[in-house]
Amino acid sequence: MASHRPSSARPSVPAAGRRRAVLFRSAGVRFALVYAAVFGISAFVLAVALWYSTLGLLQHQVQNAINNDSQTLLEHQELGGLPSLEAAIHDRLSNESDPDGIYLLVDATGQILAGNLDRWPSGLTQDNIWYELPVTRQGVASVALLKVAPVPGGMKLLVGRDVRARLELRNVLRAGLIWAVSLMIALGVLGALLIRSLFRRTIRDISATTSAIARGDISRRVPVSGVGDEFDELAININEMLDRIARLMDGVRQVSNAIAHDLRTPVTRARSRLEDAALHASTKEEMQAAIDRATQDLDGIVSVFEALLRISEIEAGSRRAAFAVIDLAPVLEDMDELYRAVAEEKQIVLHTDIAKPLPVWADRNLIQQAVVNLLDNALKFSESLTVINFSARVADGVVQIVVADRGPGIAEQDRARATERFYRAEAARNTEGSGLGLALVMAVAQLHNGTLHLHDNHPGLRAVISIPAHKN
Amino acid sequence: MRILVVEDDKDVAGFVLKGLREAGHTVEHADNGRDGLFLAASENFDAIILDRMLPGGIDGLRLLETLRGQDNATPVLFLSALGQVDDRVKGLKAGGDDYLTKPFAFAELLARVEALTRRGKSDGPATRLQVGDLEMDLLSRSVRRGAQKIDLQPREFRLLEYLMRHAGQVVTRTMLLEGVWDYHFDPQTNVIDVHISRLRQKIDKPFGTSLLHTVRNAGYMLRAEDA
Repeated sequence: MASHRPSSARPSVPAAGRRRAVLFRSAGVRFALVYAAVFGISAFVLAVALWYSTLGLLQHQVQNAINNDSQTLLEHQELGGLPSLEAAIHDRLSNESDPDGIYLLVDATGQILAGNLDRWPSGLTQDNIWYELPVTRQGVASVALLKVAPVPGGMKLLVGRDVRARLELRNVLRAGLIWAVSLMIALGVLGALLIRSLFRRTIRDISATTSAIARGDISRRVPVSGVGDEFDELAININEMLDRIARLMDGVRQVSNAIAHDLRTPVTRARSRLEDAALHASTKEEMQAAIDRATQDLDGIVSVFEALLRISEIEAGSRRAAFAVIDLAPVLEDMDELYRAVAEEKQIVLHTDIAKPLPVWADRNLIQQAVVNLLDNALKFSESLTVINFSARVADGVVQIVVADRGPGIAEQDRARATERFYRAEAARNTEGSGLGLALVMAVAQLHNGTLHLHDNHPGLRAVISIPAHKN
Repeated sequence: MRILVVEDDKDVAGFVLKGLREAGHTVEHADNGRDGLFLAASENFDAIILDRMLPGGIDGLRLLETLRGQDNATPVLFLSALGQVDDRVKGLKAGGDDYLTKPFAFAELLARVEALTRRGKSDGPATRLQVGDLEMDLLSRSVRRGAQKIDLQPREFRLLEYLMRHAGQVVTRTMLLEGVWDYHFDPQTNVIDVHISRLRQKIDKPFGTSLLHTVRNAGYMLRAEDA
């Protein structure tokens, strides 16, 4: 019950909504919208700031001028009384120092004493408050910013400025800003569309490539524009990944071919032995012998399989669970003891020199197997009365394990390939073996962050496993 | 010995059952995990041969864990196509006593099963081992045959000890590699044969009668002539 998902709780999406949802699920559209929104908002903020700072400044300047003017006129009145005030007003009007200046002086009854307004503007009732009202100046209608100052004796002085020009400026500015904002919105949308198409094109290249590969065309690569931007970086990374996958697949294909070939041979042998026995064996002993040999062949095939699985298991790197800090010296001494008897049996001198201690971070079992493979090889290819050198030491923080024989060795041109699975040098064609031994040694060395190097021992083969020594 | 085989593959099961019966054992068979668990829990066996992957909802690991959970200590040998080291470790951790990967040689299976049952019996820490006139003192680490003292290298001593502990049983080369050298893989060289032959030089050759015998297609066996 707990796993029951309440699907009915999710409201069904109507068709139009679903289409919208699909549209918004497109990353290109999303990026484009975000871009347009950011662009639009910044344009709007810029316009608003411009608007208020320009108009506010103008308004402020006009208000200052009116205040100063009003102040000066009142000082005239204080010093020279009404005549002085009237004279000052007339002086200003005739002087035309400020063509936008508006003045009106009325007495307590509302009679106009001086000024350039035809009558007291309607709606102007309170003193010392800013008004913006329509006025008529010498028969011409206009708009003015006005302020009334009371004059002793019940008179009122109206000082103002014609602001029609400023209103026009405001209109021009508004129109300009509206245009600018519209243009910016258009540009924003255009930019968004551009981003979307750019995004889509890049993504489409990658997506086309990957889906082609998913369909099986591993040779496809993401086109690189050459600009060196992030998308190029992504494309290059994807291409490198694809190259590596292709190389691995080649490797797998080679191995499969090799398996097919190398296993077909013993299977064929076993099969023909059994068939031959079934057809021609005349005695129970002959039959028995054929069955025994076929069983041996099958065991050989199984051991090849096991070696292959082991190598891929090691190469997959999944075997680090058994890693521990160990001293290799006793491990290698055990091996020396195990193989010394075999060497003596074959009249081969095993010359061993193992330094102590040899601390490493390693899987004991795997190291054993790798070294055993080298010793097996050395013994297999050595003639009697020759020497095999088996040594180990620490040098420059690296533990080196060396197995050197005086056998036929591996020709220089074959050495690089000797660690490939199923590779067998000419000299080794006629000896027993699966061609997997060195591949396993290589895999083990690499799992331990180390290397396997094959050198000429003049004559013979000198195999060196190097793995990092463990530092305390 | 009474042995339970839990294996779903008819051919493999038939082959194993036949072989075990020929070797003189009493054998029961279950072809799925459920029946296998029922048999293993309700009857007494000397050993169980258990496949890892079984039909019937209970696989080999579950079966063994259930069994061990009931304090049933019957020795169990896993027989499995899962041959990776991790699989092996899992099997042994679950309480398995030995692990054999398919395909296998019957001789190997038989030797290992018989070794398991022997291990179960001699739990007490023996201080002396004896096979015929061959005696081993585990405390003084000395070996003598009859009145003759035999000098052995440490490894030869351990090899002989292993053989004496499994006296009368077939011991395979793989068992020796695992038990004496702790190597869990097969070298290509016949290292074990060489060491056995050296041991023979010391314990058999000077005395006329052989105790250490080669069993064809299987391995070695240490037993007194008259046994």
